[in-house]
Amino acid sequence: MSSPPTDPALQASEISDVLAELAKACDDQVRRAEDGDEVGGLPARLVAAPGSTREAADVLRVAADHRLRVVARGHGTKLHWGATPSGVELIVDTTRLSGVVEHAAGDLVAVVGAGTALATLQEVVGGAGQELAFDDPLGSTVGGAIATSPSGPRRLLRGTLRDLLIGVTFVRSDGVVAKAGGKVVKNVAGYDFGKLLTGSYGTLGLITEAIFRLHPRPVRSHHVTRTISDAADIGPALRAVLASQTVPSAVDVDWPAEGPRQVSVLLEGTEDGVEQRADAVARLLDTDVGDGAAPPWWGHYPFGPDDVAIKLTCPLTEVGTTMRRAHARAAEHGLSLASRASAAGVVHAATPGDGPPEAVASLVHELRAGIAAYDGSVLVLAAPQPLREGLDLWGPVPGLALMRRLKHELDPVHRLSPGRFVGGI
Amino acid sequence: MATTAQRRPRDLDRLAARLRTVLGEGAVITDRNRLRTYECDGLAHYKVTPAIVVLPHTTAEVAAVVRACVDERVPYVARGSGTGLSGGALPSAEGVLVVTSQMRDILETDAPGERAVVQPGVINLHVSKAAAPEGYYYAPDPSSQQICSIGGNLAENSGGAHCLKYGFTTNHVTGVELVAPDGEIVRLGGKAPDPPGYDLLGAFVGSEGTLGIATEVTVRLLRAPEAVRTLLAAFPSTDEAGGAVSAIIAAGVLPAAVEMMDALAIEAAEAAVHCDYPQGAGAVLIVELDGPAPEVEAQFGEVQRHCRDNKAFEIRIAADDIERALFWKGRKSAFAAVGRISPDYIVQDGVIPRTALPAVLRRIAALSDGEQGQGTEGPSGVRVANVFHAGDGNLHPLVLFDESVPGEAEKAEAISGAILDLCIEYGGSITGEHGVGADKAKYMPRMFTDDDLDTMQMLRCAFDPLGLANPGKIFPTPRLCGEVPGRHKGVHPLAASGVAEVF
Ligand SMILES: Cc1cc2nc3c(=O)[nH]c(=O)nc-3n(C[C@H](O)[C@H](O)[C@H](O)COP(=O)(O)OP(=O)(O)OC[C@H]3O[C@@H](n4cnc5c(N)ncnc54)[C@H](O)[C@@H]3O)c2cc1C
Repeated sequence: MSSPPTDPALQASEISDVLAELAKACDDQVRRAEDGDEVGGLPARLVAAPGSTREAADVLRVAADHRLRVVARGHGTKLHWGATPSGVELIVDTTRLSGVVEHAAGDLVAVVGAGTALATLQEVVGGAGQELAFDDPLGSTVGGAIATSPSGPRRLLRGTLRDLLIGVTFVRSDGVVAKAGGKVVKNVAGYDFGKLLTGSYGTLGLITEAIFRLHPRPVRSHHVTRTISDAADIGPALRAVLASQTVPSAVDVDWPAEGPRQVSVLLEGTEDGVEQRADAVARLLDTDVGDGAAPPWWGHYPFGPDDVAIKLTCPLTEVGTTMRRAHARAAEHGLSLASRASAAGVVHAATPGDGPPEAVASLVHELRAGIAAYDGSVLVLAAPQPLREGLDLWGPVPGLALMRRLKHELDPVHRLSPGRFVGGI
Repeated sequence: MATTAQRRPRDLDRLAARLRTVLGEGAVITDRNRLRTYECDGLAHYKVTPAIVVLPHTTAEVAAVVRACVDERVPYVARGSGTGLSGGALPSAEGVLVVTSQMRDILETDAPGERAVVQPGVINLHVSKAAAPEGYYYAPDPSSQQICSIGGNLAENSGGAHCLKYGFTTNHVTGVELVAPDGEIVRLGGKAPDPPGYDLLGAFVGSEGTLGIATEVTVRLLRAPEAVRTLLAAFPSTDEAGGAVSAIIAAGVLPAAVEMMDALAIEAAEAAVHCDYPQGAGAVLIVELDGPAPEVEAQFGEVQRHCRDNKAFEIRIAADDIERALFWKGRKSAFAAVGRISPDYIVQDGVIPRTALPAVLRRIAALSDGEQGQGTEGPSGVRVANVFHAGDGNLHPLVLFDESVPGEAEKAEAISGAILDLCIEYGGSITGEHGVGADKAKYMPRMFTDDDLDTMQMLRCAFDPLGLANPGKIFPTPRLCGEVPGRHKGVHPLAASGVAEVF
């Protein structure tokens, strides 16, 4: 596959013309970039904020005309995730694509603009006793969450955003609007583009609207939490809970850089049901049911914006092993590590971003070598600029040739978040 | 044309010879009579005899077959058990049918890891049977689960009665090894979640054999529920039954399954399997709850209350597995049972928002009582039996007709199409689980714009630029790969949307 043509876009002489065209495209909601309008440290030139799918299409058509490289931005909470793009002239601010367009409570479905805060969506559907069964660790917009597919504890029972997204509208790099899926949960007509867009880092299209399936909000929830003093007990504890018939919504482990390790099990359901299940889980973990409150670390990533953020995946049976290895390797390199795992087979880990770059690079390398033994992956979700250069963020990517071909079909000139994704896509 | 007709068979002979050297004599079928076994899938009114049938045993053999087809530019179609209801496995007359019936090994069941690794020809139910001793099962349960294959399930993103709570095939496949249309063997995902890069696995599931052939599938196993409670409730009509479904869902109960049958479907089931459903019911609901015992207990009473509040005149509760099986027997045999009350029938598969159920059922009744069907004149008089996965609004209207009466087949076809139009009108879908296949490709433009379809075909072009993998399915018109709109090639990009319309 040919590599993307680079054609350093947007001459200074052109910029006022482009501004005028963009202004026409999106109701004057366009401006020159200011401080902070950057992606992974790379300053953009222009910011446009379309207010509808139609306007977004017009904006992308102007961008196509002038060969602008485009990155979408919601709340900007994960704009530093992924590789630094090879360039960006235009940031498309999605926050005007906002609002819950429709909440069909009886059908447990919501149609929502991509720039809507997930919190807003939860508030609206919460009014009807419903929820999007997705934990949002960072305060994302709908579009930002789909594009990066973060995940929290309840992925164990409900899956990730890919499993909740039933329809999507997006704009291709050439400004053509396309949709896939629809407003019904059960639907096998056509290819599932929602899955392709989920976790695509904005490289395939600009998401403007999403349709989600919702779940009834449980009447009662209860956390059973236990401290684990011997790390070798993590695996058996997780296995005991998963092998039981208590159907936890989430089972997460916290292994802080300092302080006690904990495992916490979330049970959701009816009043009576949760009470009895909590008893059963407490017996399995040899602890008491406690007050049911979530531990303070619950639902948060272990990393902050200045850390190296690592995501490890593994088979369910290897979560304990994966955590122990990660901490052992980090210690060998003199790196402090904090990690949090879901029993579903995902470990998020953090090491401070000011650590020695070679040590961090070796750690990532060794984690990859370790995980190769049992299927899984090690991604660096984010890393501060100086560290990023020496890191392979993605590791091996099976199917990369097909992915490149898909990118080539949808964005042949590589103008959407170019270089931000796997294999330089 | 003439030269093509002369050239083809020679190419195909050469191809057959090459396939014989790779797969062995016994695994390549070219005998006319034996080929006819494979001329249709579960949708028997489309029939095409394939030129060659192959029965590979391994991934390497599948890859060799695909490479040979690519070399000869011959189309190929994958086939599992051939139970598909949309003509997805309908062969190409001048192509190869790749049947997975010799790839039926369960390679691994890993109960603690909640995964099984299977070959594509493995029968759906056999996965659950293999995992049962350890207390696990495979959740997607199409009514055809005793015969359909995991590869077919994956290709169709099949559902089943219990998908309301547990999701569809796509939510239960974590990895696949496939032979891509260029003959390359590719692994996507595995036992671990969230493989890096685009979610090609998510797109591959449900792609109906148009993106390649699955040769190994990793599926999720679930821990068997502690308790299962099932009830059968009889209602005066589908309106009340629909009301009960809405009330149950509105109360925040998520049953494992909620299935509905109307009077005509019940009549057929009685005739076929003597399921002994309550006399005089205008509709029955089967509601099943499963999960931790205390949760099921708490919610089962609530479900019964909603049924009674919506005028259920009889509620039966399954005392044991045998009674539960009897409740389900009527429902699971419904398609075939209709054969007892009608010489011919069409099984339709459409989806509507659950809340539109009563309205759409009235419209369907009106269609069969005489409202104009698509292209029909005056009262249609065509009978429609209704069976549905009511919890998720998936309708299976069974349109009854008699082929031997002139005009009836056309009328039935028109009513069947009009039902899909209703589904679209109410914001639903033209297929909830049977797939688009050959049968519904013509309806795709009613649900999607040209741009939508064009975009979907870009995925197909990425996988299969030559268009050899199951051509003619899903899309009403093929897209010539390489035509990428928006490229700066003469046409002003501002006209890009206009350009797209040309395709
Ligand atoms: C009585 C009856 C009841 C049914 N009930 C249900 C139901 O409840 N829910 C439901 O969803 N469906 C149902 N079906 C439809 C059908 O059983 C499913 O679609 C099933 O998944 C098809 O599996 P199969 O092995 O028979 O596939 P086939 O019919 O052989 O093939 C189906 C499609 O899959 C492709 N394919 C097959 N194997 C592969 C492979 N290895 N790689 C790539 N593509 C492949 C084929 O090319 C074709 O497009 C029912 C059918 C019948 C006859």
